[in-house]
Amino acid sequence: MTGLAASATSSGEAVQFWILGVVAVCGALGTIMMKRAVHSALSLAGTMIVLAVFYLANGAYFLGVVQIVVYTGAIMMLFLFVVMLVGVTAADSLKETLKGQRWLAAGLGIGFGILLIAGIGNAALKEFNGLGEANAGGNVQNLAALIFTKYVFAFEITGALLITAVVGAMVLTHRERTERARTQRERSEARIREGKHVPPLPAPGVYARHNAVDIPGLLPDGTPSELTVNPTLRQRGQIRDVSGESLAELKALEQRSEDWLGRGSEDESKPSSSGGQAPKEHKEGAKK
Amino acid sequence: MENLIALLVAAPLVGAALLLCGGKRLDRTGAWIGSLFAVASFAVAAVLFADMLGKSAEDRAVHQHLFSWIPVGGFQADVGFQLDQLSMTFVLLITGVGSLIHIYSIGYMEHDERRRRFFGYLNLFLAAMLLLVLADNYLLLYVGWEGVGLASYLLIGFWQHKPSAATAAKKAFLVNRVGDVGLSIAIMLMFTTFGTFAFGPVLAATGDTSEGKLTAIGLMLLLAACGKSAQVPLQSWLGDAMEGPTPVSALIHAATMVTAGVYLITRSGAIFNAAPDAQTAVVAVGAVTLLFGAIVGCAKDDIKKALAGSTMSQIGYMILAAGLGPIGYAFAIMHLVTHGFFKAGLFLGAGSVMHGMNDEVDMRHYGGLRKYMPVTFVTFGLGYLAIIGFPGLSGFFSKDKIIEAAFAKGGTEGWILGGAALLGAAITAFYMTRVMLMTFFGEKRWAETPGAAAPGQQVQHPHESPKVMTIPMIVLAVGSVFAGALFSVNEAFVTWLEPVTSFAHGHSPLSATAITASTIVVLLIGVGLAWQMYGRKPVPAVAPRGSLLTRAARRDLLQDDFNHIVLVRGGEHLTRTLVYLDHSVVDGAVNGTAASMGGLSGRLRQLQSGFVRSYAVQMLGGAAVLVAATLLMRGV
Amino acid sequence: MNPVYYLYLAALLFTIGAAGVLIRRNAIVVFMCIELMLNACNLAFVVFSRMHGNLDGQIIAFFTMVVAAAEVVVGLAIIVSIFRTRHTASVDDASLMKL
Repeated sequence: MTGLAASATSSGEAVQFWILGVVAVCGALGTIMMKRAVHSALSLAGTMIVLAVFYLANGAYFLGVVQIVVYTGAIMMLFLFVVMLVGVTAADSLKETLKGQRWLAAGLGIGFGILLIAGIGNAALKEFNGLGEANAGGNVQNLAALIFTKYVFAFEITGALLITAVVGAMVLTHRERTERARTQRERSEARIREGKHVPPLPAPGVYARHNAVDIPGLLPDGTPSELTVNPTLRQRGQIRDVSGESLAELKALEQRSEDWLGRGSEDESKPSSSGGQAPKEHKEGAKK
Repeated sequence: MENLIALLVAAPLVGAALLLCGGKRLDRTGAWIGSLFAVASFAVAAVLFADMLGKSAEDRAVHQHLFSWIPVGGFQADVGFQLDQLSMTFVLLITGVGSLIHIYSIGYMEHDERRRRFFGYLNLFLAAMLLLVLADNYLLLYVGWEGVGLASYLLIGFWQHKPSAATAAKKAFLVNRVGDVGLSIAIMLMFTTFGTFAFGPVLAATGDTSEGKLTAIGLMLLLAACGKSAQVPLQSWLGDAMEGPTPVSALIHAATMVTAGVYLITRSGAIFNAAPDAQTAVVAVGAVTLLFGAIVGCAKDDIKKALAGSTMSQIGYMILAAGLGPIGYAFAIMHLVTHGFFKAGLFLGAGSVMHGMNDEVDMRHYGGLRKYMPVTFVTFGLGYLAIIGFPGLSGFFSKDKIIEAAFAKGGTEGWILGGAALLGAAITAFYMTRVMLMTFFGEKRWAETPGAAAPGQQVQHPHESPKVMTIPMIVLAVGSVFAGALFSVNEAFVTWLEPVTSFAHGHSPLSATAITASTIVVLLIGVGLAWQMYGRKPVPAVAPRGSLLTRAARRDLLQDDFNHIVLVRGGEHLTRTLVYLDHSVVDGAVNGTAASMGGLSGRLRQLQSGFVRSYAVQMLGGAAVLVAATLLMRGV
Repeated sequence: MNPVYYLYLAALLFTIGAAGVLIRRNAIVVFMCIELMLNACNLAFVVFSRMHGNLDGQIIAFFTMVVAAAEVVVGLAIIVSIFRTRHTASVDDASLMKL
């Protein structure tokens, strides 16, 4: 214990801690409570950024930056990639299936937390040294000096670990192709042989206000053709159905033009009853 | 010179290895090779003997340390030989008589297809027996002891195609095992008591050891001796062992095997001297066995079994003498040697008779053979006169001394033992005369041509055996005539053995002359009685029913029935009880434990839900416990 | 304010992360919770570094980040391959290790 020992930080840091600490806890709670994985990931990213700020406040400048670059930058993005790959919209049911799991988890979590906090509270931590001396020649330089002298073996071994992890990830996700991929020519020949959909599939709907792959094109009777949408979106149920809206607008437009022309509408009510046709169309698309 | 000792054992051992591993190419010459190795061993023994005679009595014991066998901390077992006067006597007997039996077997086994193997076994037998008598510690002696057991098993069951031979071999082996257990326990006791197995330290330390321990060791040694020497109560194997080829019987009875027990007791004399109770047990066993064997010998019609009974009885004499302590050891060994000569001669003679009579063993089908087999008759007759103790022949000197020593035991005990020994002498005279008369004298109870055969008679062409068989018999007959006298000149034998066995003159309540006279009287009574029953009247070709005692004696005095009822039945009951206990108690406990463990595991298995999150809860619980424990340890 | 409050915060975040691991079924979210726990530890290390006045705590935190990165890479790869074969990312569905 040198003269550097202090027992309190600046009040600015205290204010920062109390504000950002609340944010961090909220982010953590959000991580475990959000239904959707994407929201969880975003909450977590928030917490991590707050932690980066705390690192900076505690004199760990290098780690603060690394936290932002590596964690929030790289790792969280990797998480998001996987979330997207696995299904971004598939929300978790938060209903517990294991008997007593939630109570056990809550009880143990609270108990564990109390134990930890009791332990910290009991330790004699009234005074602290501060990093003024250790960071004298620059935080990064001093860290580097330690890493490449005292911790050089651990550093080398982490290098080996990273290489292993890369190879492992590659081996785990790599899929060996067991049969030759069919060429475009073979595929078109097969399509002709089957005799179905000889021309290309119909394009998705393109409207004045919508130009997106998730909007099915409409058949002449105004019902949506699911064939026009990508099968992945179709299976996820992520099709935006604009047919009803369009038909209603069309009707309104016609109504207005009728009004304008002073004619009565007598035979334009047919399309409204064609909603029952959609499932059949859907089935056909699924078979495809 | 002491380097030659190992050669004694090595020669027959090499012979055995050569013959047993040599394969068929040795089939023709195997008999001669086996005999050669036996004779070579005898030659080495003779050289060593000459060397030993040239030394003064104190320097005669020599040692040869070969190697350290099991050097483990406090447990030191060495392989070493000790050749002193006692071992020398045995070595000469074993190799000498053994060689003669080998030579005899060349003729006897001439037509047996497996004779190469037979001679290999014989050599093995010699090697094991030599190892037994030459070992300088009890552990090595035990090796030889077991080797003898193995070789006897192989030889008794040599004609294993006969179920009776296979059974007899098994019986001999099993009964011997009982004795072997005794020896192994004795050796273990010795190690815990003295911390060593070597003869020298063990026998020297008997003075400072409690009598109780010595008595225990002595009784275990006696059990061992009973097994090997066919003494009551482990005598039952000897009669059945006659299933082996006759030379094997001669070897077992004269030179090897049954003498091992006498050797063991004599060698351990210091232990018995310090444990009077054990000595009493020894003389009791000896006295009982000498009468038992003699009575059995009287009733047997099978010539070999009659001789087997005789062996049992004569070994009984030796055990009796050995149990008498220093006044008897030398006479026990002396009788052993003379017995080795005449019993080998008798067995070889019996083998010769069987050889000439188509392997017929029933004496009731013999009769009047003296004219047809003169050499066999004369040699057998000399052996006969020796065994009954005819004055001037070897048996007379040795047996007379034993009877004298028995009386010299003193007190009532002395009278009982002396009386038993005298009675045994009378019965010996009776049954041996019976054998002699039934075999070589009287009417022919067989026919030379089928036409002349009366009902129940067999057709035989008796003939004298070839030279290779008769010469050993002649040598042995010469030995049985002169050995006793030679040994008794100036108490030569006693003086020879004294440094090893120590010797004390017994003081008999009767004078030596009186005992000799009474011995001769009972001898004459026994011979006369036999002449009365078998010499003057014709012998019936079919055994008469006989008295109760005769019938019992024919069944070996019910020894097998006794064993069957007491041991086999008892064992069966014990086993059944144990099986029941095993099933209900032991298995019950084990199964119960297993079942309860199974039930517990079934409960515990519920924890293995397969859900990672359940495991994570358990992990967190464990972590919480650890943190709590850490905090508590630090005195929160 | 004393830096020990940072430690309380770290303990709180760690506990929340642990509870999340126990409660959530989506493997990706479980992973995020693990990351949260690791970060809480890192915060504690950094604060210890400050309290002791040397940089060793920061070094440990640095190594923790490296290891966490490696772990995330492999873990996510495992999740992806499980998802490919089983079409689910729920940890409860991968419960074959029982009788």
